[in-house]
Amino acid sequence: MGIEPNSDNNSSTGGDIRLKSGREGLMGWLNPTRYGWERVPYWLQRLTGVGLLIYFIGHIYETSSLVNGINAWNSMLELTQTTGGHIFLLLVIGASTFHTINGLRLIFTESGIGIGRPGRPDYPYDATSLNYKQKSGIWVALLLATIAMLYGGMVMFGDVN
Amino acid sequence: MSEETNNIKLKVYRTNYNKEESPHYDEFDVSVKRWTTVLDALLDAKSYSDSSLGIRYSCRMASCGSCGMKINGKPRLACYTKISELNDQTIVCEPLPNFPRIRDLVTDFTEFFAHHKKIEPYTHNEKVPIDVIKKDDLVEFKQTPEDVDKYLQFSYCIKCGLCYSACPTVATDTKFPGPQALSQAYRYTADNRDSGESTRFNIVDDRHGIWRCHFAGSCSNVCPKGVDPALGIQLLKGHLIGITKNDKKIATLRSKEE
Amino acid sequence: MPLLKLRESQIMKIHYLTGICAIFFVAIHILFRIGMGMSFNESLEYHNVVANYHNIYYVILLELILVFISIHGFNGLRIILLELKQNQWWESTITILVLAAMIGVIAYGTRTIIIGSQL
Repeated sequence: MGIEPNSDNNSSTGGDIRLKSGREGLMGWLNPTRYGWERVPYWLQRLTGVGLLIYFIGHIYETSSLVNGINAWNSMLELTQTTGGHIFLLLVIGASTFHTINGLRLIFTESGIGIGRPGRPDYPYDATSLNYKQKSGIWVALLLATIAMLYGGMVMFGDVN
Repeated sequence: MSEETNNIKLKVYRTNYNKEESPHYDEFDVSVKRWTTVLDALLDAKSYSDSSLGIRYSCRMASCGSCGMKINGKPRLACYTKISELNDQTIVCEPLPNFPRIRDLVTDFTEFFAHHKKIEPYTHNEKVPIDVIKKDDLVEFKQTPEDVDKYLQFSYCIKCGLCYSACPTVATDTKFPGPQALSQAYRYTADNRDSGESTRFNIVDDRHGIWRCHFAGSCSNVCPKGVDPALGIQLLKGHLIGITKNDKKIATLRSKEE
Repeated sequence: MPLLKLRESQIMKIHYLTGICAIFFVAIHILFRIGMGMSFNESLEYHNVVANYHNIYYVILLELILVFISIHGFNGLRIILLELKQNQWWESTITILVLAAMIGVIAYGTRTIIIGSQL
């Protein structure tokens, strides 16, 4: 349906008008700026989701070294219980906390809760769905992710249990 | 009223796929005043500098939705954007993203309108025939102002395409209907004259339908008419998933005696 | 294939439910590492980890985490990949690959749990 890019037979434009697809492609996802605060959690939710899936698969693999005995387990620990491994785990803690809190926010909003009700729009036409409940929800997710990372850092690098 | 003028540089994306012209930017020096809009500046450049500039516009008052374009990186209506509010001496005008490009700033809306038609944007009601044969057959629905408020803001859509341009899903998913079509699906679902809820649910509950919206909110961020398409889409999702109930009572018809 | 016949709204309900359940189970899983009266490093020692695997409730918890996170994560990946390209071949291939990966990860993790509980 619609005009084919670079097609010569386009009856709706009255003849042989050539077009070029104008879709932004992957760059449309990867740029979280330009459209206000809500685009940032969209971008972060995707990034953390993919990152956490990769971590999950790696975690299943690394913990499977348990079945090969204590030596295999200790070799795995030598690889992961390093400064680099701990910093990576800190990122995982931050990502999972953000993904969880933001995910809960999205479950509520995508069920129609917390985004306001339709009304009569008036200048300056501020969108009801982009309200302060949503913006503060995003801040809460980022703040809790930071706090979780700090606590994780204290457990791994400090003496906190 | 201030008569102070300011000179700005207008950079316009130029291309013509029919003449195999490769895309480039032309620059025009335009003198602007306090209330000059981007459309005024473009028409100034077209009148006095280069009459081959391809622009689509009509009402010049944010009512028709024709002059949508990317201005300084964000989809906006050229007639509704003042040069002064951009706070930049260089104004870059490009065609709307996510639309096939015809020439210069003109894009093709065929696919956009096709998505809109697909959600059946008309009132479904078996009690009223579509074809009115006799004048006596004309009837009126009894709808209160409260009933109207439930869908009114979504009916303000001027189909300018700015939301479609801003949407990150539309950027990659060619089958996704876009925020405009989905919010219009909600507009008819919320309208108590319409009884086609299950039909529209079947249309939007698709692999590339309403569930490919992830509430990035960019559509509502750029909408010039306060339609807030993101609101409509999330409310429709709530009804679809069964968490919120669409508690409308189908409007009755006003009898000829009333 | 049954998954190919599920409505997208039903798949999203599963996605939300698995996400919500996973939160609780993963929280308990983390508490086993930092809330057992020993340090984080101590809790990772071989004999302590094996002792966890001898606890039937912990084993069930691990299996539930495995299933729920696999479903949630791979469905999320399916959604992202579906949005990238749209043709019949890509959609069928992605759905099948994601299902296979989901089953593969669950099977591999279950193997670790079963063998670990018998150590």
